[in-house]
Amino acid sequence: MRIEEQFSTGESFVHKLDPRVKIIVAILYSIVVAVSTNFSALLPALGISVSLIVLSTLSIRKVLYRLLLVNGLIIFLWVFLPFTYKGESLFTIGPLVGTKEGVLYASQITVKCNAILLVMIVLLSTTPISTLGHAMSQLYFPDKIIHLFLFTYRYIHVIFQEYNRLINAMRIRGFKPQTNLHTYRSYAYLVGMLLVRSYDRAERIHNAMLCRGFHGKYYTLSRFSIKIGDILYLSLMLSAILGLMVLQWRVIV
Amino acid sequence: MESNSLIINLKDTTFSYSGDKLILNHLSFQLHSGERIGMVGPNGSGKTTLFHIIMGLLKPSSGRVELFGKPAHDEKDFREARKKIGLLFQDADDQLFSPTVLEDVAFGPLNLGKSPDEARDIAFKTLARLDLFDFENRITYKLSGGEKRLVSLATVLAMDPEVLLLDEPTNGLDDETEEKITDILKGLNLSCIFISHNLDFLFKTTDKIYAMANGKIFLDEALVPHSHVHTHKFGRLPHEHKQ
Repeated sequence: MRIEEQFSTGESFVHKLDPRVKIIVAILYSIVVAVSTNFSALLPALGISVSLIVLSTLSIRKVLYRLLLVNGLIIFLWVFLPFTYKGESLFTIGPLVGTKEGVLYASQITVKCNAILLVMIVLLSTTPISTLGHAMSQLYFPDKIIHLFLFTYRYIHVIFQEYNRLINAMRIRGFKPQTNLHTYRSYAYLVGMLLVRSYDRAERIHNAMLCRGFHGKYYTLSRFSIKIGDILYLSLMLSAILGLMVLQWRVIV
Repeated sequence: MESNSLIINLKDTTFSYSGDKLILNHLSFQLHSGERIGMVGPNGSGKTTLFHIIMGLLKPSSGRVELFGKPAHDEKDFREARKKIGLLFQDADDQLFSPTVLEDVAFGPLNLGKSPDEARDIAFKTLARLDLFDFENRITYKLSGGEKRLVSLATVLAMDPEVLLLDEPTNGLDDETEEKITDILKGLNLSCIFISHNLDFLFKTTDKIYAMANGKIFLDEALVPHSHVHTHKFGRLPHEHKQ
């Protein structure tokens, strides 16, 4: 198995945007949407996200599949929130009373999550991971965060392969997971071995980097150039974000 | 640089992990400029440890390390020496850590202070030298085993080293890739030490072969008469071989 970056290649306008612009917009947009509580701001936000997805010409089926994964978790909020939130009664199921405030709160979270997730898919997953890392470094993100980010991407696959090797080694000797101490202990060994091996590997990689003159600073080859389209898009999105803030707080008239 | 000058000089070096058995046992070793040395020895005989001591990745418990005529003690000394000594690790996954091949090959030159344009140029040239065309945007973890080894070699050669230390460069390669690496290495005009279990490879690429055992090095130039098990048709029938 390989870790695929399904959306990272393509010809649409979002693929051609400067990654730095994408990162800035994604961060500002997510923060504003995450702190918004007013539906008159949240619903337009969802509208913006959906129209971006439509414009990006990404496969709607794949996008929906990703949304499904997250909304699977949100279902739990719908099961619990309406009945645990204090407020005006809206409906009853047997002894359980669903409140209006609970339902509103759950829908608020649902709208927020989906709006943010859609923008992340449009802006961030349409950029190759390595490009994202370089864009982050040009935006003066701390070096350590960028290293962590790029190394996680590079080695998650190697660690996964190591996991598969260990699992296979267990299987060919007749290991079958059951509910008993032997199973738990074997899994504990597996996880422990994975940690130890990852640690060893990290050390070897660091050594290999030292041998090639690494001294704590990570240089990059890529240079990005801002085009008219990027500036246009950035100003458009910044005004949209500002609009959402106005709708949320109504401070600027 | 004058020929025959001393590049690597280990004097009476000992190494062990916290008091365990000695991995390097009062070992002395010298590499002169232009020398091509092959290194054989059983697993655990200290070959890889020797490389790591030379590169300053491990500190010897006792003894002295001199590189390019200067004693090497701390990280700063080794950092200078590493610019001129290239080490190829056994596992290419340890060596290739950048997302794309181009970035990985350019990593060393960038560390040496080259500009991004120069580094990119060097990377392209090095890849072309190893016949790795159209590799620059390949994702490192998606390369095959042989490709990974060749790209790893490129990452080391891109730094234009004077000395090449290769740790089992032909291990796990198919015949074709092994032949390719052998040809490339034969064509390099560098001082080198190659660790390998593959004697054919060492005969083709080096001038002399040292054997390592129990943390010591033995010069293994003498001819040792010995017989080989061999196969041929009807070998089960009683027969004789003429000398």
